[in-house]
Order: sequence, then structure tokens, then C-alpha cells
Amino acid sequence: MKAKIVIIGAGISGAGIAYNLANKGMKDIVVFDASYLTSGATGRCGAGIRQQWSSKMNCILAKKSVDFFETAQEVLEYPRSVEFKQEGYLIVATTKEEDLQFTENVKLQQSLGIPARKCTKAEALEIVPHLNKDAFISATFCPTDGHLNPFTMTEAYYLAAKRMGVKFFFNEEVTEIVVNDNKIEKVITNKRTVETAMVVNAAGGHSKEIGDMAGIDIPVYSENHEILVTEPVEKIQGPMVISFSLNIYCQQVPHGSFIMGRSTADQVRGHDVGSTHEFLDEMAKTAVHILPPLGDLRVVRQWGGSYNNSPDRQPIISDCSELPGFYLACGFSGHGFMFAPMTGLLLSEMIMGEKTSIDIKELHMDRFKNSDFTTYERNVV
Amino acid sequence: MNKKDTIICRCEDVTLEDVEAIMNEGYTSFEEIKRILRVGMGPCQGNTCGQLLQREISKFLKIPLNEVETHKVRPLITGVKLKSIVEATKDES
Repeated sequence: MKAKIVIIGAGISGAGIAYNLANKGMKDIVVFDASYLTSGATGRCGAGIRQQWSSKMNCILAKKSVDFFETAQEVLEYPRSVEFKQEGYLIVATTKEEDLQFTENVKLQQSLGIPARKCTKAEALEIVPHLNKDAFISATFCPTDGHLNPFTMTEAYYLAAKRMGVKFFFNEEVTEIVVNDNKIEKVITNKRTVETAMVVNAAGGHSKEIGDMAGIDIPVYSENHEILVTEPVEKIQGPMVISFSLNIYCQQVPHGSFIMGRSTADQVRGHDVGSTHEFLDEMAKTAVHILPPLGDLRVVRQWGGSYNNSPDRQPIISDCSELPGFYLACGFSGHGFMFAPMTGLLLSEMIMGEKTSIDIKELHMDRFKNSDFTTYERNVV
Repeated sequence: MNKKDTIICRCEDVTLEDVEAIMNEGYTSFEEIKRILRVGMGPCQGNTCGQLLQREISKFLKIPLNEVETHKVRPLITGVKLKSIVEATKDES
């Protein structure tokens, strides 16, 4: 079998890249996924879409991605609903330092056209009345942030790409990338061999291993982030509520359930995506502290998923100086879902040899070579 | 049989008609069907629909029931209130 390009990973990034490439007229696009659609990080994420970041690049990626999400249902001609609900993210500050940082963040966000604003405690309580007023000092709010269904959004990209001729192979694992004289020659899976000169690494939690197959050392690692969901109830909360210092994100999805997650201190690096009772304890304590009425909700399920972390917590959307034809969409550090429209657009432009819509030198893998990269994304749970 | 009124997943109101339609679209594993139709995502966590859906997949794919992959079982075994979990952590210390 021959392919113009092989994309490894059919999560939101891989499906989005496939769609964008096909949309630009590329033929013979093949996508492999080791499991089923949205089996990896995409399908395990917290279903949130936000533009409130501390780094300029993340703000731009997020803003332009939201612009696409607003039209995604129609543009991709998707028969089901992607459940895009723009009722905002309320980010609460609990310390003086956070409050100062958030003032800076909002200035940056507003300068980029993101409609975020600083809120007093009273204003925040108007937006989410059941917040514990003693748990925070101020907040920021962006009304166009919100929720999007990771399963249907990915399926929307997948079906659109498939209609344009992209071939998807699920439950098929890439086992080898054959490189000779610094040229990609083949991709070998557990079922077939594909001759190709171009490979996109969109393997999420496993992108480091895919890099290793091509002889490229990508400075990313994976770690498990846990999450839980409650029984559905009548709507009581519009926005996602986040605190970096308290370590929580929590939203009520359109279906009625509350989804909430937090990171685990000193998490062991690796591919474990299991569930722990320690997470359950800490999550319950934090949620009930900041949003007391949630104590009455029953937890029905918990799970885990991989953050693929880069050193500066910004994505790597990049070609590869050491290996022509090898492209990277990884290191999203927990935010690959919400950046997917820009990931797809930028990589497809790069692959087609076009000028990219925005300057993305800052997202190139080479930024880590001299370890003098200057920005670091602080707004991460 | 009225497939429209035959409930497969009672927590999420998924009917036999829904299930057959999605299998005809090419989704023929519990995990795939769950992510689109929400079967097994409700309070009973697939304890009711798990076997029913397995049987429908078996019929659709014309393979023996024991070759149909069962769904991933995740904690908790039963619904527990967040405040009960908080209370329980106090007893531990």
C-alpha cells in the first residue's frame, strides 16, 4: 500500500489534520489508530474550551480555535450535535499572587480580542451563585469559553475527512517507521506496510514513542490526570469553574452531569490511565469546598487520561529539522482538544508548503534545543 | 417488536432502534457505541444494558456472544455522594 502521508493517531488532532489536508486537496491520506475513535486522550478530556491563558501563543491558538468551533457543526456538515455551549469559564483567584497574575492575563487576553474580564467577588457570585464566598478573592470570566463534546466533535472531523477520501484504520498499531538516508520510506503496522515519505505524529500520550521509532527524541512525557462524573441533575451551573491554586476544574455539561478533575502531585510519568481512591478523596474535598451544593451529587464514574506535557506547557506544532517529512502535533499538555482546529490548519499549511496563518516559530520543537525558551504557560490544572 | 419502544439503556433512554442505526453506521463495539449514544454511562454503569447490547452486537455481527468484547468497568461500583466521600476521609485521619 502507498500513501502520500500517514497520520498516526485518530484523536481530535489527527482527525483534524486529516480533514484540513483533505480540504486543501491532498489525496491518499491514511490515518492509523491503535484503538477505536476517541479511545485516547481526546475521549478522556474534560470537554472544556477556554481562551484564558497566560501565554500569548496559547491565547491566539485558543481564540482562533473557538472561532472555528462556532461554525464547526455547519462547516463539517455533521448530522449529530457537537454540543458547543458557550457559557463561559470562571477562573477564581485564591491568593494575592494569583489575583495580580490574573490582572496581567486579562490585559493580554483583551489585547488579543478575547472578551475576558476581571470580576470582583460579588460579580463572580452573580455568575455562579453557589460558589463558596470564602474560598476565593476575585475571578476572571470569559463568556465565549465553554463546553464541547469530545466524542461528537472528533467524529465530526472524522466523518468529514472520510467523505473526502481519507482512509482510517482503527485497532491497527504502528510498530515501525523505516528511515533510510534521512528519508522516511515506510510505516509498518501490525497489519500492513505503507510506503510513504511523510508522517504526522499525532499520537497523543504515545507521541514520544512514535518519535523514537523515527529516531527523533521529542522532549515530552505523559502523565495520568484523573477525572470523575456525577449523575445528571437539573441545570444549576452555566460556566466551567476553575482554580489553579485549589487544583480543580468543574463544569456541568449539557446532559446534566458534573465533570470535574484535578492533577495529582508528583504524578509518576508513564501511560497508566487508571483510577485511584486518593484522587476521589481529594477531588471530593476540593469540589465540596469551593462549590458546596455539589456535595449532594452522586459520583457515578471515574477514569484517567494522559496529559502529554512539553517543557513549557505549550504545544509542539512543528516540522522536524533532523528528519524531512516528519511532522509533530504533540506536547499539548492537557489542551489538545481545544486547540485542534488550529493544530489541523497550521500543520496542513506547513505540510502543503503554504505560509502559515500565524507565525508559529514559537511552537517549533527546536525551541527546546537551547533551553532558553522564555514563556511558560502557568494556567494549567 | 416495536424497536422504537424497546429500551436497551434505561438510564440514558437508548432504544433498540438507536442501537441498530448506530451499528449500521459501522460502530459495532460497546465502547464506540457508548461514546456516541451514552449507553452504559448512567447511574447503573452498564449493569443492565451491558448484556443486552452485547447480545445485539452478537446478532448484528453474526458472531458468538462470547466473542463480543465486554465493556470496560470503571469505579465506582455504585453512586456515592461527594459529601459522603468527604466525610469518609475524616474518619481515616
